[in-house]
Amino acid sequence: MEGMTFRQRAQAILQSLYYPLMAIIASLLVGSLVILLTSNTNPFVAYGHMISGGFGTLKAFDATLIKAVPLLFTALSFAIAKRSGIINLGAEGQFMIGALCATAVGVGIPSLPMAIHLPLTLIAGFVGGALFGLITGVLKVKFGASELIITIMLNYIARLLVAYFVTGPMLEQLPPYYPQSASVAKTARLEGFIPGLNVHTGLLLALLCVFLYYFYLWKTTSGFRMRVVGLNPSAGEYAGMSVARSTLLSLFLAGGLAGLGGCIEIIAVQRRLMITSFSVPYGFTGIAVALLGNLNPIGIIFSGILFGGLSAGSLKMEVLTRDVNSYVAVVIQALIILFIAGRQMFQFKRKRKHISIDTHEEVDRVETEEKAGESA
Amino acid sequence: MNEIANFFQTAIRLATPTLIAGLGLVFSERAGIVNIGTEGLMLIGALTGVMGSLYTGNVWLGTLIAIAVTVLFAAVFAFFTVVVKADQTVIGTGLNLLASGLTITVNRAIFGANTSPPKIDTFRTTPIPLLSRIPLFGEMLFRHQIPIYIAFLLVPIAQFMMFRSNTGLIVRSVGENPKACDTVGIRVTGTRFLAILYSGVMAGFAGAFISMGQLSFFTEGMVAGGGFIALAAVVFGNYTPVGVMLASLVFGASNALMYRLQALATGFPSQLPLMIPYIITIVSLCFVSRKSNKPAGSAIPYIKE
Repeated sequence: MEGMTFRQRAQAILQSLYYPLMAIIASLLVGSLVILLTSNTNPFVAYGHMISGGFGTLKAFDATLIKAVPLLFTALSFAIAKRSGIINLGAEGQFMIGALCATAVGVGIPSLPMAIHLPLTLIAGFVGGALFGLITGVLKVKFGASELIITIMLNYIARLLVAYFVTGPMLEQLPPYYPQSASVAKTARLEGFIPGLNVHTGLLLALLCVFLYYFYLWKTTSGFRMRVVGLNPSAGEYAGMSVARSTLLSLFLAGGLAGLGGCIEIIAVQRRLMITSFSVPYGFTGIAVALLGNLNPIGIIFSGILFGGLSAGSLKMEVLTRDVNSYVAVVIQALIILFIAGRQMFQFKRKRKHISIDTHEEVDRVETEEKAGESA
Repeated sequence: MNEIANFFQTAIRLATPTLIAGLGLVFSERAGIVNIGTEGLMLIGALTGVMGSLYTGNVWLGTLIAIAVTVLFAAVFAFFTVVVKADQTVIGTGLNLLASGLTITVNRAIFGANTSPPKIDTFRTTPIPLLSRIPLFGEMLFRHQIPIYIAFLLVPIAQFMMFRSNTGLIVRSVGENPKACDTVGIRVTGTRFLAILYSGVMAGFAGAFISMGQLSFFTEGMVAGGGFIALAAVVFGNYTPVGVMLASLVFGASNALMYRLQALATGFPSQLPLMIPYIITIVSLCFVSRKSNKPAGSAIPYIKE
């Protein structure tokens, strides 16, 4: 970006917005077809409720930010793995295990001072998710097994583990014995930090993690190595970088980020682990957030808030229209994934030339390969 | 003895959706396509099969409708991955999320969220005359629903098509070396597109069998990883139809074992046996990955220069 005039810079920003905007418009158009076919509501009315429910008032935006927090974490989880060449479809399960471990510490250990209890709970969430992510890493490095199916299988196992714990060892011993844990101790909760609003300090932690994601990948040697291996494993290996180490570390961090997200969702929002805690596909929505944000820190923040708004607004939409299901938001999120990944279809002017799935890779590849060459 | 026959009968029944979907996937995988979206396609097949059976009153017409709709969605996958050349894994993940959101939306719009499911026509058990009376084996092999017979009869046909026919040769070449195929005039894009559509047919059939053969209604997310397990069966079965069948039987047996354990052990946490199929799938993937028939062009979009 250095050495650009203001005009060039503005143009670059506008260009980077072109594909996300086209993807969003196309998704809303297809989504309106779904609304037309499954309800008696005018799609524009439904979208109106959705937008005002997500961004219309300060209170709505408050709810949007709360919904955005877990998505920021799962998006970072997908993004950091993707940057090192791993497709992490396991954020879903890592998120749940993080929530489970956080509940164990947040509910299970009573009467600790907050200064110890809260950090301990957060660490439990991170480490739980990270170790769960590491399982995939170990299986990949040791047996060469593809991470795609393994991460998905682990998602199902995580869901069953949560179901086991909330109906068994963690069941709240209180009639009528709902399948849920007792509530998280006051000393292990995250609370609001703006008077009058519900948005909690988890948002600040999410933003901190976005910053750390940027700092680690672009400002540290270890992060640099990870990106080189992600872009070109053989070049990385040639330059003396270990692909195995990068795989293990990235899945550890990816799992940890998702786990921290799950932990925060429990200790700041849901306050207890329930069998219905994960009815929203946090992990998979995070993939959409990461892709729409082009794996870019600033991009992830904006798309996280947008998706938070979609999800908060869709609940409002369901209530106000009565017959449009809130899962229409999931449909729209899925369509955004399709249209962002297939963004070349929006390339009209020039002759269709193949662009790599992530345009950032083009810029990065030249830069990193040069540096890798130097250090070799 | 009856117990054993019963166990294998259940294993074969539970292996069938994996086998049907796997027999489709083995061709698209060989053509160089990794379709993570199979899970979503099966989910769509499961819902539209029930809807079709409800409206037409006939399970076979319902299955045809399921296949038709599923192929449409497979075409969406093919468009994005083969024509637009987008990343297959990402498009597959998008397709799964799309199917999950769409089936929930449509299911609630049609059947309502909490009403009991309507009665529909389902696949009935059709014992094969004479053969079903053979002791032990009769019960194990010849007292099944028709889609199960179809699935297993398809195995030798698929094996023949894959390794003894021109079609199979083209499919395998396109996955192994698309550039060379292009040079000698084999249409890479067309072949891959058709292979995806075929795997869509099979995914739709498999989904319809889950909702109308194993159960008689649709529940949200009912495929529960079946599509991914079918993908794993292709890898575990080393990319051959016969291998897919054997892998499906292993997964089917692990499912049967799960039900057996659940029924046997009361007071034992029911979630732990439910994990068995997923764990077996992970373990199976760790065993085979080194020396595999995985095509060289797997998951790489072919871009003509």
